[in-house]
Amino acid sequence: MLTDENIQNIEKKANAIRQTLIEMLEEAKSGHTAGPLGMADIFAAMYFHVLKHDPKNPAWEERDRLILSNGHIVPVRYAAMAHAGYFPVEECLTLRKFGTRLQGHPERAKLPGLESTSGPLGSGLSQAAGYAYGARMDGKKFYTYCLMSDGEHDAGNLWEAAMFAGKNKLANLIGIIDRNNIQINGYTEDVMPLESLRDKYESFGWHVLEVDGHNIEQFVTAVGEAQAIYEKPSVIIAHTIAGKGVKEIEFDYRWHGKPPSGDEAKRFLKELRTMGGKIKCIDCEE
Amino acid sequence: MLNNRAKLSEKMFDKDIEMAPTRDGFGNGAVEAGKADERVVVLCADLAESTRAEWFQKEFPERYIEMGVAEQNMATVASGLANYGKIPFIASYAAFSPGRNLEQIRTTIALNDVPVIVCGMHAGVSVGPDGATHQPLEDIAMMRALPNMIVVAPCDAEEARKATLVAAKLGKPIYLRFARAKTPVFTTKETPFEIGKAEVFWAPSAPQATIVACGALVHNAILAARELEKEGVQVTVINNHTIKPLDEDTILKAAKETGAVVTVEEHQKAGGLGSAVAELLAKKLPTPMEFVGVDDSFGQSGEPEELIEHYGLDVPHIKHAVERVLRRTQ
Repeated sequence: MLTDENIQNIEKKANAIRQTLIEMLEEAKSGHTAGPLGMADIFAAMYFHVLKHDPKNPAWEERDRLILSNGHIVPVRYAAMAHAGYFPVEECLTLRKFGTRLQGHPERAKLPGLESTSGPLGSGLSQAAGYAYGARMDGKKFYTYCLMSDGEHDAGNLWEAAMFAGKNKLANLIGIIDRNNIQINGYTEDVMPLESLRDKYESFGWHVLEVDGHNIEQFVTAVGEAQAIYEKPSVIIAHTIAGKGVKEIEFDYRWHGKPPSGDEAKRFLKELRTMGGKIKCIDCEE
Repeated sequence: MLNNRAKLSEKMFDKDIEMAPTRDGFGNGAVEAGKADERVVVLCADLAESTRAEWFQKEFPERYIEMGVAEQNMATVASGLANYGKIPFIASYAAFSPGRNLEQIRTTIALNDVPVIVCGMHAGVSVGPDGATHQPLEDIAMMRALPNMIVVAPCDAEEARKATLVAAKLGKPIYLRFARAKTPVFTTKETPFEIGKAEVFWAPSAPQATIVACGALVHNAILAARELEKEGVQVTVINNHTIKPLDEDTILKAAKETGAVVTVEEHQKAGGLGSAVAELLAKKLPTPMEFVGVDDSFGQSGEPEELIEHYGLDVPHIKHAVERVLRRTQ
């Protein structure tokens, strides 16, 4: 059940996650900005509404598993986990620094709650499928979610996994694709055309849903539908805007792999804290 | 002379010694492991019969997972299964796994540090008629370079069975290397087997050189030592099934005693057992060494025995290597 209050709460969390993202990326001085910002709404929805989880007990056996396949957007996961209570928000500022648990790309063994080690693209869906397959063997009731980028659909390993999940009718597996149409070398349809993603997945035996990835209500409703589909795996194609929430970054693929500098970070934080100038900022650096 | 403590087969030197490929040991070991632990699952990439994964499939159809010709997916699905709590064996030809899926093994199994047992079948030139594409000679080098990864090349079907059974209980990433061709089954149920512990199989009273071998060529090494002994040269033979972690104590002790070492493996000289032993000796006990292995070359079609001879892995070549290393110590 999703109330208006729930939605508002998730939206607030998404804004807080974006602010933390800007702060941690500025501090790290390297990393990806556009992708994590674009997925802040979905991560907020996952950690503050969808996932069955316990931040104080990351190893809880019955928890839902969230596999992040495109490991380079992990800052958004770290920020979401911190705001959800897995670890102090201040630890986010250790991102990419020597000795940190928050590695540049996620390492399961380093930070409880990560579920998998990823970075090399195209391998998350098969790990998620492995979790889902094992869980079904044991009659477990949890769901395994796999967050993927659109660009990584260039990789053969991903389609091997799609075929495997379709064959085995892994209804406890729900894929979520960050469809922002950009990858490092440019627009996905120029680099290696992916469309029609819907037809591809359907022909592999999946149930396909499409949503606006910044519309919390649409997204959560789609997850509910995906959970209800019991005879095949589901995938939610979430149309997102890379860099969402910061106007200068939105739609610009050059922000894929660089962090904001000091001045940029100040501007971006002010934009986030004033809802794009709609409200007064009480703690912005001028 | 044979080391009695190794409890090797009495038929060691008989013509009618039992012959079996080491992959049979995997087949039997996987079934035993499956009986011992319900968490054991076997994944196979469309090679159930030849990898002997089929033996497990017949016994436990609900725990056999068919992957199709998709080794990258096999490694990564296994990673997920292991993360969840299963004990997955992944079986294919070593040319493809770890040949094709090395990155997936590196990231999602080794770095991720989950107990997936990577079973590489049909390793080496003894694959025979299939030719170079199917004769991986680089797998030990690739796998032993990975942190967290254990690397084991059993010497016969019986040791392969034991290695398979033990691997399921380790809770760590491990690579097991098996071969296609039938080779002598010269160890017994009583022969000691412990991962990371090399065994002296041939222990003369006054050895002048040490052979460190792995895989089925351990048998050739013993045959070479026996012939050399008749010719007045005493050689220790170590079955070094675990290439990583290396049993430093056993190797250093023998190297110190003999002052001359020959390594024997069905693998490229670059990066395999010989390299591992050389790294150890260079650091702790510089010792003259000779390497029996494939010399920066791919294989080709032919019968296993022809290829073992052509690539210099047979008994006469091992003897020559011992003679060469001994000349260097004089």
